[in-house]
Amino acid sequence: MVGSGVLKEKIMKAVFFTTACISILAVGLICFFLFVNGTPAIKEIGVIQFIFGKVWRPGNGDYGILPMIVGSLYVTAGAIIIGVPVGILTAVFLARFCPEKIYPVMKAGVELMAGIPSVVYGFFGLVVLVPFVRNSIGGKGYSILTASILLGIMILPTIVNVSESAIRAVPKNYYEGSLALGATHERSVFRMVVPAAKSGIFAGVILGIGRAIGETMAVIMVAGNQPVLRAPNELLKGVCTLTANIVIEMGYAQDLHRQALIATGVVLFVFILIINISFSLIKRKAVHES
Amino acid sequence: MTKVQTDESIIKKNQIKAGILKAVTILAAAITVLILGFLIVYILVKGVPHLTPELFAWEYDSENVSMLPALINTLEMTILTLAVAIPFGIGSAIYLVEYASTKNRFVPVVRMTAETLTGIPSIVYGLFGMLFFNSMFGISMLSGALTLAIMVLPVIMRTTEEALLSVPKSYREGSFGLGAGKLRTIFKIVLPAAMPGIFSGIVLSIGRIVGETAALIYTAGTFTKAASSVFNSGRTLSVHMYLLSKEGLNTDQAYATAVVLLVLVIIINFISGRIASGVQKQHGEA
Repeated sequence: MVGSGVLKEKIMKAVFFTTACISILAVGLICFFLFVNGTPAIKEIGVIQFIFGKVWRPGNGDYGILPMIVGSLYVTAGAIIIGVPVGILTAVFLARFCPEKIYPVMKAGVELMAGIPSVVYGFFGLVVLVPFVRNSIGGKGYSILTASILLGIMILPTIVNVSESAIRAVPKNYYEGSLALGATHERSVFRMVVPAAKSGIFAGVILGIGRAIGETMAVIMVAGNQPVLRAPNELLKGVCTLTANIVIEMGYAQDLHRQALIATGVVLFVFILIINISFSLIKRKAVHES
Repeated sequence: MTKVQTDESIIKKNQIKAGILKAVTILAAAITVLILGFLIVYILVKGVPHLTPELFAWEYDSENVSMLPALINTLEMTILTLAVAIPFGIGSAIYLVEYASTKNRFVPVVRMTAETLTGIPSIVYGLFGMLFFNSMFGISMLSGALTLAIMVLPVIMRTTEEALLSVPKSYREGSFGLGAGKLRTIFKIVLPAAMPGIFSGIVLSIGRIVGETAALIYTAGTFTKAASSVFNSGRTLSVHMYLLSKEGLNTDQAYATAVVLLVLVIIINFISGRIASGVQKQHGEA
């Protein structure tokens, strides 16, 4: 009786251990399958040709993804310029200025923003932002600017949540010390508390960059999807991102074209890994500071 | 006399500065709230009038653009995904919290990989699912569900871990003291106490599954019928919504579909919020 109990315990421990291995296995498989299926295309096209090639015309055998890399960078940078100031200031408001009665409502709102599916954001962009940009700023509406605004909105909850917890983690005596020296509440918050939370806030921004660069559906619906290398002054023109190109062309791509799209996924994956690693490094630093 | 005046003017200047700083944060918060409010109100106002009975016809055709098959597929996809992700997610968390010693080198590796999974964009999951699961099961609900299961795994793992960690040590000690084994303690004492926290993680995952598009287009596919078997292709509501707005022919129906998606997400968020605040209260009392 006791023996079977011990055996059962041992078996279940092994079962739990196996389940814990799944995430390791998953990451391993994802890396393996992406690299194995993506690298042959990169080899065939040539690394330099693939990453720095300015022309993407699979019909003619031109597989340069520079326009898409630059496109992803533009919309991400735009999203950061638009989303980060609003996000950080909203976080400051939530952590230090928000009246107690409003707080739960605001917090629920931010959570809801994080939960809204990207297709719904994309649709909103399509029916509201695209006509808005077309009519009041110019161009066809499907543009780098429109995608930046939409992504700026979409990364808000990420930045707000991470920044708010970073600000809340700042030791109270920073703030109290500043008050004791005669600074106002506002000055203490902006001069002492926020700077002390800067690593945590920066981690939030990095996470936001990851979200923006990986976002697919919403961008497809508003960015115009033209795989053309754009100059920084062509904000009102359409652009294609790495993610959008994969979804749009995978439906009919074959052979080398298909492999080149998977290779595009590999490039995206490497970008994301770099961003993730910098996020964990900065987060670790933030934890050590506070 | 002059000194007092300058003091006063400095105080006044400081007050003005403080007022500006405060106003800026209020403005930013107002922008955030207004964007969300505008999005919800706009989609509801434009979409609710188009919620016609035809949109919920049993069979989809290009005339009625019914979303009911897609809704059924969403439900199937959610159940399938959770059936895979919950045992693995909770099992991993149990191992990490209840079994692994703090010096175990294996634990940080699991944590790191789980964190990596959190950051991977859904399109990369979609590519992986297409390359890996499709080669075994073809374009099917099963391929889609397995892809999504990996995607929500870290969510369930993390929330379960937190829930298990928040169960007081005395519960376990009490159970051991009464002669119960480790397994019995976990299943009869620790898991029930951690249930609300675990449940909020599951609800959070449901939100992710319902809203997912990019990972499903090339794994579960875009077939318009309700999938009668897990080996059939089927589009979920989000995929349906994307295809509707891409075609651009049925904008009214797209609005209506957006309403249904939005309402689903609001309900899911409300439930998970309620559970989370319940958990906090419980801990406040304990």
